[in-house]
Amino acid sequence: MTTIVFVTLFCISVLGYVLNRQAATKLRADGTRLHSVPGYHGLYSLLSTLVPVAVLIVLWLIFQGPLIDRFTMSGLPAGSLGELDAGGRQLVLAEIKSISRGRIFGDPEAWKVDAADRYAWMHAISRWMLLGIVIVASLGIVGFARSRVAANFRARHGVEHITSGLMLFCSTIAIFTTLGIIAALLFESIRFFERVPITEFFFGLNWEPQIPLREDQIAAEGAFGWIPVFLGTLVITVVALFLAVPVGLLSAIYLNEFAPSRLRAVAKPVLEILAGVPTVVYGFFAILVVAPAIRSFGASLGIPVSPNTALAAGSVMGIMLIPFISSFTDDALSAVPKSLRDGALALGATRAETVLNVLFPAAIPGIVGGILLAISRAIGETMIVVMAAGLIASLTINPLDSVTTVTVQIVTLLIGDTSFDNPKTLAAFALGMMLFIVTLIINVFALRIVRKYREAYD
Amino acid sequence: MADVTAATDPGPKTGSTADAVRASLARRNRKQKILQVLGLGAISFAFLMLFILIASLVSSGYQAFTQTHITLEVFIDPEEVPLERLPRGGFDDVLEASLASVLKDVDPDDRATMRALGGLPSNGAQFRLRDRVVEDPDLIGQTITMTVPVSDPYDQLNKGLIDRRTPEENRRLKDFEIAWFDQLVAMEAISKPLNTGLISNPDSRFPELAGLKGALIGSFWALFVCFVISFPLGIGAAIYLEEFAPKNKFSDFVEVNINNLAAVPSVVFGLLALAVFIGWFGLPRSAPFVGGMTLALMTMPTIIIATRAALKAVPPSIREAALGVGASKHQVVFGHVLPLAMPGILTGTIIGLAQALGETAPLLLIGMNAFITSAPSGPFDSATALPTQIFIWADSPERGFVSRTSAAILVLLGFLITMNAVSIYLRNKFERNW
Repeated sequence: MTTIVFVTLFCISVLGYVLNRQAATKLRADGTRLHSVPGYHGLYSLLSTLVPVAVLIVLWLIFQGPLIDRFTMSGLPAGSLGELDAGGRQLVLAEIKSISRGRIFGDPEAWKVDAADRYAWMHAISRWMLLGIVIVASLGIVGFARSRVAANFRARHGVEHITSGLMLFCSTIAIFTTLGIIAALLFESIRFFERVPITEFFFGLNWEPQIPLREDQIAAEGAFGWIPVFLGTLVITVVALFLAVPVGLLSAIYLNEFAPSRLRAVAKPVLEILAGVPTVVYGFFAILVVAPAIRSFGASLGIPVSPNTALAAGSVMGIMLIPFISSFTDDALSAVPKSLRDGALALGATRAETVLNVLFPAAIPGIVGGILLAISRAIGETMIVVMAAGLIASLTINPLDSVTTVTVQIVTLLIGDTSFDNPKTLAAFALGMMLFIVTLIINVFALRIVRKYREAYD
Repeated sequence: MADVTAATDPGPKTGSTADAVRASLARRNRKQKILQVLGLGAISFAFLMLFILIASLVSSGYQAFTQTHITLEVFIDPEEVPLERLPRGGFDDVLEASLASVLKDVDPDDRATMRALGGLPSNGAQFRLRDRVVEDPDLIGQTITMTVPVSDPYDQLNKGLIDRRTPEENRRLKDFEIAWFDQLVAMEAISKPLNTGLISNPDSRFPELAGLKGALIGSFWALFVCFVISFPLGIGAAIYLEEFAPKNKFSDFVEVNINNLAAVPSVVFGLLALAVFIGWFGLPRSAPFVGGMTLALMTMPTIIIATRAALKAVPPSIREAALGVGASKHQVVFGHVLPLAMPGILTGTIIGLAQALGETAPLLLIGMNAFITSAPSGPFDSATALPTQIFIWADSPERGFVSRTSAAILVLLGFLITMNAVSIYLRNKFERNW
């Protein structure tokens, strides 16, 4: 049905294009001098039909679902919902919906079948209304646009206004996305903090996101203190940086200063491949190769290593970050003005001394910016830790132990069937908000450093 | 550069500075050597890791590109499969009987043995037999020849992944089961053809039947939706920011937003999709459409940045010439600058889509990791995507899924390499130096 609506709209707009174009061509053939060429008259009709009506359709599609749900629920006979809480209401609604699709389990009450009929009926009405409105509105606009075809009508200006508006809209999508992220995280986090005290979340030392299935269940209060989770994230990030920073820096210095051009021609693509490997592949690499290797190495030294040690996840994440850090360092080193390098060499410094004592200090801000961005990446990296790190939050900084991270908890809390009204799922959003805030601060800081530094040498 | 120092050196050896320099030269050169060796070591380490990564994937994944099959003469016993009870019937018993008839030392009345025998062909074999019989009920009472996959343990045995020397109690196949298999090999009933099922089968609980069809189609729809949304929106935003936007607070704000979005963790986009698209708008869970919309939000910054770079690369002379002959600003941009920037834009778009193809975390949060045994028929059906399928298989305990996961990763990497190769080809073919 939606496809039919869109196709109808498209056909009518094309009709408008053809009508306007023909009218304009005819005017010109009669010897009138037009302000705009006929094509622009056609485009004017096409765009002024297509754009507003398409927006209308999208809005209609977005709002029809929730509105019909609400009408269905409010139309239920009084008392049938009784004492049900939000979750119970959702279940009733889901049952009504599945009945309306013809999937009936057991023997539903008569009022549910009635509601299902009404639900299906409202959907049908809504679809037909939409089609009707689309036809009327688009034909109306086409007629209006046709009536405006005249010698001195500025169709090109009209078209350019509409395209400018469209482009402006496109560039606001980024703002809407950011707003959407903030709204979603904030909204769900506030609901979380209504159930779990905010102090417990920020200062609690236990993370056990269970919820009681029954009222009288023992030991199932659940604990939502994010400190151990965040500590785990830090442990893995530190491990990753311990590997990635030296390797990335040294390889960038080598490629920039010492490598023969043939090696450089090979090394750059290889680093790009490393950067392009999807993180789920790194995660599988961690459980297939790295974790067993670390374990057996630990066993040969007599050290007990947990099967999903932070060392495995961290070092694989480090491998992932090598190209990231190396390319930032490379950029920063290349951006140092040639005069500094020439000056140092002319004073008799060796190449190593030039790099370490002159170029490197000059490039430090850019490199630090890159490392900060790498940290924010490591904190937000998901698949490697979901596959290779542990699930249980423990207050430890020993990288041989199993630790969990913010992203692991978000994914495990939300995988599978989720309902939006228990602290367990809402906790994921609270964690997500912390993740967003922490990475945002680091990113803003890092981007500012990088930009300032670039300006200094430009 | 040591030469330079040496060349300036051979003057009169009087100054104490020259002495000091000469004395320290060896140490300084050694320091340079150390730095060089360390740098070479760092590069080699990166090379080595990439090599190990690829090698481990290939060595564990190549086995999954073949699949052991067994060819059986099956007598469709009318007593087990009566016409009137179709599509029900004892198809598994029929298969067991046909195996028992060819193997030596099998007592058809011993139920334990027969059950073990039933585990030799894949669990899907009986359904394949059923489908054939339902399609053509005349087959009942006849003997037909079937080639079906064997179950995972026997597949592993045939590929040499089960060590016959391990003690029997630690082995997944007992001695008598291996003996059966060896008999079948001697009868040339066992074959190992190319595993087309890896591409053409949907997902399954049984490794020997599991394939990537659903994931490939799901990924296709998700990428398609992602492209349809992010390409026009990204280009529109980039043109506006690069060509039309006035220098004011709003433009700066948009720019800062785009740069930040490019660095927001992908899992946060998953949270956004879960709360907004699924929670508030009520779009279906696990649908590639929702996945595509989420990926589009993540890809858009990449496309915007690439498009702006491509627009910037078009020389001002083109614009000035067009403006000079009386084109409007819009006509200049859409008629001249944009077509010239198109190769660069396409290159950036393909790279962005390749990133989106490998993205996993946001798809997990919107439920594209469900176990679905049929391929989706449209963007609103439940589906998995390639990376989430890899995640599901990597989590599965059966041995056979290890090599399937590696094979799926190789397929994914194959797609990524192809996409990047296309973008490099486009860049080389159409790039112009002005």
